[in-house]
Amino acid sequence: MRVRTSENPLAALAALAGVLIAASVALIFFYVPTDADQGFSQRIFYIHVPIALTAYAFFGWGAWKALRHLWKREPGADLESYVAIHQGVIFGSLTLLTGSLWAKISWGHWWLWSESQLVLFLVLFLFYGAYFMLRYSVEPGPARANMCAVYAVFGVVLIPISFLAIRLANQLIHPVVFTLQGPQMAGSMFVTFCVSLAAMLTLAATLFHVELAGKRIDSRLRELRELLA
Amino acid sequence: MRRYFLDAGALARKDLLLELRARDTLPAMLLFIVAVLVVFHFALPTNASAHASLGLLWVAILFTALLGLGRSFVAEREQGVLDGLVLAPSDRSAIWVGKVVATLAFLVVAEAVALPAFALFFTSIDGATIAGVALADIGICAVGTVLAAMAAAGRARELLLPLLFLPLAIPIVVGGVGSSLAASSGKYLAFLALYDAIFVLVAWAAFEYVVTE
Repeated sequence: MRVRTSENPLAALAALAGVLIAASVALIFFYVPTDADQGFSQRIFYIHVPIALTAYAFFGWGAWKALRHLWKREPGADLESYVAIHQGVIFGSLTLLTGSLWAKISWGHWWLWSESQLVLFLVLFLFYGAYFMLRYSVEPGPARANMCAVYAVFGVVLIPISFLAIRLANQLIHPVVFTLQGPQMAGSMFVTFCVSLAAMLTLAATLFHVELAGKRIDSRLRELRELLA
Repeated sequence: MRRYFLDAGALARKDLLLELRARDTLPAMLLFIVAVLVVFHFALPTNASAHASLGLLWVAILFTALLGLGRSFVAEREQGVLDGLVLAPSDRSAIWVGKVVATLAFLVVAEAVALPAFALFFTSIDGATIAGVALADIGICAVGTVLAAMAAAGRARELLLPLLFLPLAIPIVVGGVGSSLAASSGKYLAFLALYDAIFVLVAWAAFEYVVTE
């Protein structure tokens, strides 16, 4: 079956994500000046931070859909919440990976407990890993949807609290780029960062919709099978 | 309002009475926490600092609480008590309040034995640590009760509860260890109080959804 982009918004979204990623890679390697302090390796910043922000966006979106499920009984919100958290965990793992690489190159260690963002992502990784354990050990149904939604809401409450806890437990050595006075970087760097962030978010939205479509087809198929059986 | 607290009180009394008759949770918690302290003595090197043992005290408290929480919804799920409670003409969150009060009581009794034992075996305990333990208990029981109700619905409930609980307990450990070790423990106690306030509210509001469909 031929799919025209005008008929399938998902294909258009995927194409846009491809273009934006190509643009961001080009900007990262050919346009943005090398950081005076950290050198060439600082360019991973334009990958690492957008991935981390995308993971946060997914966790937030998952919790929002969970709230919609609990509050408005929105049909399908449970599945959307699950898919968002699934994608969030994928991007969260990538954050751990890129953060670890950056830590190795900048500070010479693969893992630093003093690196609050990295530790926070480890905590979140464990938390959302348990989300999947919960989801797959309870029988599917409305009770499971409720429990998963409650756990997802706990997660979004846990993010700021864990962040505070890790800051309390640590001395701070993470470079703080965004402060209340606005971003502390040059214009060209900010442009590159924004393009990378847009690219990552578009890619994330594409992946989210692809997985959601797959899951919906899956459940529809199961319903049809049950009807036939 | 009065009705609500009477309901919660009746539910807590039910759990305490059951424990008084069957005695299957509290003795286990008491034995466990003392056994863990003994294990820690042998796990720590002989010249370990008081700091290390105070940190391990928090591990012992957390795991003992997990033991109590893991038992808290077994009868409810296995003998269908929960269906009755959910059908009862009272607010569902009263079930949570009753369960939190009962679990808190078990945990406090276990700690009333464990803290003096810790002081005897390892190092003395100051007021800030006791305040930290008291604040942490509230957070542990508030969050843990909701998670225990979830885990009890799953297939591998003994396995599931620690997985669900430990990531949420990390801030409690940070606050607790900070209140035991830091020179100025006020900041850490305030953090524990903040954790309690937020999670008590969220857990109280969310519990209804965990036990209903």
